[in-house]
Amino acid sequence: MDFIQSIDWIGILKCFVVGGIICIIGQILIDKTKLTPARILVIFVTTGAILGGLGIYKYLIDFAGAGATVPLLGFGANLAKGAMQEVKTAGLLGAFTGGVKASAGGIAAAVFFGYLASLIAKPKIKKQ
Amino acid sequence: MERLGAQTIKLQNPPTIVEVASIVGPKEGQGPLAKYFDQCLEDEFWGEKTWEKAESKIIKETVNSVITKSGVPADQIDYCFAGDLLNQCISSSFGLRELNIPFFGVFGACSTFVESLCLGSIFVDAKAARNVLCATSSHFCSAEKQFRFPLELGNQRPPTSQWTVTGSGAAVVGENGSGPYITMVTPGKIVDMGIKDANNMGAAMAPAAVDTLITHFRDTGRKPSYYDMIITGDLGYVGKEIVCELTETKGYNIKNNYEDCGVLIFDKEKQDTHSGGSGCACIGVTFSGYFFKQLKDKKLNRILLVATGALTNATTSQQGESIPGIAHAVAIETSIN
Amino acid sequence: MKPIETKQEYSNYVDQKSPNSPILKNCFNAFWVGGLICTIGQIIMDFCKFKGLDETASSTIVSIVLIAISAILTGLNVFNKIGKFAGAGSLIPITGFANSIVSPAIEYKSEGYVMGVGGKMFTVAGPVLVFGISASVIVGIIALLFM
Repeated sequence: MDFIQSIDWIGILKCFVVGGIICIIGQILIDKTKLTPARILVIFVTTGAILGGLGIYKYLIDFAGAGATVPLLGFGANLAKGAMQEVKTAGLLGAFTGGVKASAGGIAAAVFFGYLASLIAKPKIKKQ
Repeated sequence: MERLGAQTIKLQNPPTIVEVASIVGPKEGQGPLAKYFDQCLEDEFWGEKTWEKAESKIIKETVNSVITKSGVPADQIDYCFAGDLLNQCISSSFGLRELNIPFFGVFGACSTFVESLCLGSIFVDAKAARNVLCATSSHFCSAEKQFRFPLELGNQRPPTSQWTVTGSGAAVVGENGSGPYITMVTPGKIVDMGIKDANNMGAAMAPAAVDTLITHFRDTGRKPSYYDMIITGDLGYVGKEIVCELTETKGYNIKNNYEDCGVLIFDKEKQDTHSGGSGCACIGVTFSGYFFKQLKDKKLNRILLVATGALTNATTSQQGESIPGIAHAVAIETSIN
Repeated sequence: MKPIETKQEYSNYVDQKSPNSPILKNCFNAFWVGGLICTIGQIIMDFCKFKGLDETASSTIVSIVLIAISAILTGLNVFNKIGKFAGAGSLIPITGFANSIVSPAIEYKSEGYVMGVGGKMFTVAGPVLVFGISASVIVGIIALLFM
């Protein structure tokens, strides 16, 4: 109960709107260009890394929270942020370890759950 | 055999399509042509472990069925012409490896069914064979896996995309019989008008269909109205309209007696198949299921069957190549004059 | 209509003949589904912080939970239906990344666990890691130069 009372509803609204708008940008790319899903994901992750590297993306994260971190832009920005932080303590080595370290959870989860799902699930046809 | 004009072959002793068979998947079994197919499967795996094995089983069972139905003893079927969409035509060669009939693997992408009929009927007309078997198959799931994306990927299909038909069509063509006869054969040229969008195969193949149609009319001196029905393979809604308009610019009007199997096989609204059906089996099962019965019942007496194929694969489209199209035509008539 | 001779003419003609995607409807669906996925992430995030976890740990947990949900929905053959409806709405959030790893893993299971699942798992999502990680290394090196 305490948790529900603690929710910042304005924050949730900002998150919803910003997350939604980022997805609209993706949808326009899908419909207006002939880019494949893989290319669109690459565009988003790279753009995120650049925006993160330039220090711009953190303002969006401050504003929208998960609305900015959950889209792949956030994944890219997180990679860049990790590399930049690690460089401060480990120098050049940090450029190589920082990015993956910061997003290790996501990458490992995707690989692990992917493997797990393949053990259990069977390919099925799309019904539509 | 006699050559007419640039590309057409007139068969002197027109072979008969003795019998046909068709097996389709569940989605086709819910479509508007369901009642015409020999068998509609309950699920896409049909008891097999992989999509590829399932497709092989479908073509194998269709071929067994057509041989049984035709009443032609297997030892009087001299050659088999078959092909499909999977790399190295594995569905046909694996499905038919126990058939024990000399085998020609044929690849013409989705034009394979008519390509097989062209070659088979020429063999029979030339007395090189008493009976031949022509077969083809395609499977939505194996085709998606090979040409596009994993089935579980949550992507959207654009409105121009087509739905690969799951199924197999097979025909026995023989020297003896009372029709329907294959009277003319017009093999097509490869035509590439520069379309690169793998989600718009109808537009990529339409120019090839137009080229073969016009060539057929010029070579034979026939008019579109000679045929009760002109049938293309899998151009879908987009490609069909393009063919109608482009043939008109060349001075031939086919609007009144033209159908496309990709348009016929699914219900666009209810089944959400966008621009229609595609795949080798599209014309294979629609001819074997629907049109053959129309010919047998003399509801149609002269048809021009034009199968279209997109000669592309995943590598060429990644390398930015355009999609070459091809179309082969056979004229099928219930009487010879 | 005039006869079409060149590839360029044909290309223009085809563009005009091909139906367009219903972009407004697609954008609307992408907006609310994408927004909803982010909101679920935000609630998980708030909950983690409520339980006393720091920003970084909470953010990682959000990713892991959303990825796990996507993997389950992909395995249940539900994710592709969501994806068909929502388009970029489920593709652009981390859920799309998860789906693009899990879907080939399931699809290529028929080629065995090592070369099928293991080898093909990154056919769609591999480029995301290649470009994302490379970009982060470059950003790191540039940051070092400016330090």
